[in-house]
Amino acid sequence: MMLAQEAVGTVSDSSRIVTIVLFVLMIAATLGVTVWASRNTRSATDFHSGGRGFSPLQNGLAIGSDYMSAASFLGIAGMISLFGYDGFLYSIGFLVAWLVALLLVAELLRNSGRYTMGDVLSYRMQQRPVRTAASVSTLVVSIFYLLAQMVGAGALIALLLGIQPGQTFLGMDAPTAKIVGIVVIGLLMTVYVTFGGMKGTTWVQIIKAVILMAGAALLTLLTLSLYGFNLGALMSDAASASGQEGFLEPGLRYGVEVAGDPVQTMWNKLDLISLGMALVLGTAGLPHILIRFYTVPDSQSARKSVNWGIGLIGTFYLMTLVLGFGAAAIVGHEAITAQNAAGNTAAPQLAQAVGETIGGELAGSVLLALIASAAFAAILSTVAGLVIASSSSIAHDFYNSVLRKGRATGAEEVKVARLAALGVGVVAIVLAVFAQNLNVAFLVALAFAIAASANLPTLLLSLFWKRFNTAGALAGIYGGLISAVGLVFFSPVVSGRETALIPNADFAWFPLPNPALVSVPISLLCAVVGTLMSKERDFDKFAMLQVRALTGAGAEKAAKH
Amino acid sequence: MHSDPRFVELKKRLYAFVFPMSIAFMAWYLLYVLMSAFGRDLMGVVLFGSVNVALLFGILQFVSTFGIAVVYTNYARRKLDSQAVELRDELHHGATDKEGGR
Repeated sequence: MMLAQEAVGTVSDSSRIVTIVLFVLMIAATLGVTVWASRNTRSATDFHSGGRGFSPLQNGLAIGSDYMSAASFLGIAGMISLFGYDGFLYSIGFLVAWLVALLLVAELLRNSGRYTMGDVLSYRMQQRPVRTAASVSTLVVSIFYLLAQMVGAGALIALLLGIQPGQTFLGMDAPTAKIVGIVVIGLLMTVYVTFGGMKGTTWVQIIKAVILMAGAALLTLLTLSLYGFNLGALMSDAASASGQEGFLEPGLRYGVEVAGDPVQTMWNKLDLISLGMALVLGTAGLPHILIRFYTVPDSQSARKSVNWGIGLIGTFYLMTLVLGFGAAAIVGHEAITAQNAAGNTAAPQLAQAVGETIGGELAGSVLLALIASAAFAAILSTVAGLVIASSSSIAHDFYNSVLRKGRATGAEEVKVARLAALGVGVVAIVLAVFAQNLNVAFLVALAFAIAASANLPTLLLSLFWKRFNTAGALAGIYGGLISAVGLVFFSPVVSGRETALIPNADFAWFPLPNPALVSVPISLLCAVVGTLMSKERDFDKFAMLQVRALTGAGAEKAAKH
Repeated sequence: MHSDPRFVELKKRLYAFVFPMSIAFMAWYLLYVLMSAFGRDLMGVVLFGSVNVALLFGILQFVSTFGIAVVYTNYARRKLDSQAVELRDELHHGATDKEGGR
């Protein structure tokens, strides 16, 4: 194993060439799909929902693709490789969350909405204020998530191409390559969405899901083969190579016990619970996940596609467990942190090391290039999903329903959605270039916390609570949004610590880096109090919503071409 | 339609499954998170080889998630889908008849 350790971290020219060839092939294939999709995208239903004609398997792959971002592929594998068990804790929250979507949201949303989350929230409310709120929270969640992916992507591309600090490649040093990476990804996602709409985006996601699953499966099998398919041996090797006590138990990264400081220990443990809550409640409130349920013909297909999604995502997270432990055992803690302190390159490093052990340097280069390309594909498709969620909400909720009072034609809505995609793309590129030094995991956790606080309570109340009304929906969305963002602002993430965004100041009176434990109850409370304080009630409309949601009567049908 | 006994029955069947099941898996997941935070001694107990309670508990969360998805899908297929489709078709035909009559 020591042999492989020495080799890791030096990316050979042959590997770079293979990586770049694969990147270019992938860009060409996805752009080809986009051109094809753009010819088949005419109506608003085509643009926002891909014509609702995708099969459950296709949508399941796309759901997995939206979800298995580069952050979760590389981030979780990296976290497991450095902190052992605690990385696994993340993936459990991410997976269990799908039961909320399956049991409470997917089918009812498919039946009662058209294009966006705002459709369902505003069904029996005053359209304009509720749609504005839905659009605002969609944009905030999507932008934070988008920033996380793009910032991560910039750093990743520099690393995948193996550009070390002080080194140059094609005349680019590492910081330049980062910016080039952000801009290239930003441009590609904008092109996918602007031209291909939901159809193009979905096909890009299907391609990515297949590449990512195949790449992860290959690497998992090869890693296990080095241990004679004995997972136990791999784990004990990982634990001893990590040199850390309790590597296979919770507590190295989250809920850390600080000796002699019971107060901080308690905060750390509450923070772990808060994180767990955000993970499990956030998923079914992520706008780019919710709009995926509209791309299939009916609610039964929505259910089947969630089942495919659960199967794919669950299998994938089990594989990242092997990859994370594999990286800990074969690459080693030092080599991983030398490349990237957060462990984001553990999986590609493992690919190189495993390839070299099995088939020499060339095999190492090829396997590294394959995994790097899978990660690249993972970035591209997740950001495209986020851009389409944002642009659909701007065009459908804000432009059509708020500004035009629902009188815009489908063609006008598509035109605005395309422009919005362009706008979101440009804004995301600029913000990501400036936000380059933000912590990626923090941005993702924040997006999940906002989704769990601002979106999910309101969504569930509007589907199940008869008395719920406009004032309650507005209070729930804005209350959740403001409390989640506000609490993070006053948390140790932003100030008061050396690792904070503003290390020199200290206004951190809220002790938990993850706000969901407090912000979700605040949002629920706001929604209930807001509802009860307003006299508005529309039981007839609620009865209509329920009949529609449960039976599918009047639900949007698949487009016929 | 909302007060049609068949719709009331459909709603009852859906709610009777999804609400208790949601509470159950949430409680099961919360127990797991609480154990990870406060039950470290028990979580660290080694069962066999390098498998400890924490790993088994985590894997069981995967198993229960897959299991609930399968159970729900079967339940929906047997108890919900045909009823929902029947009511939907009735509503659609009713609507067409009305339009035709105008």
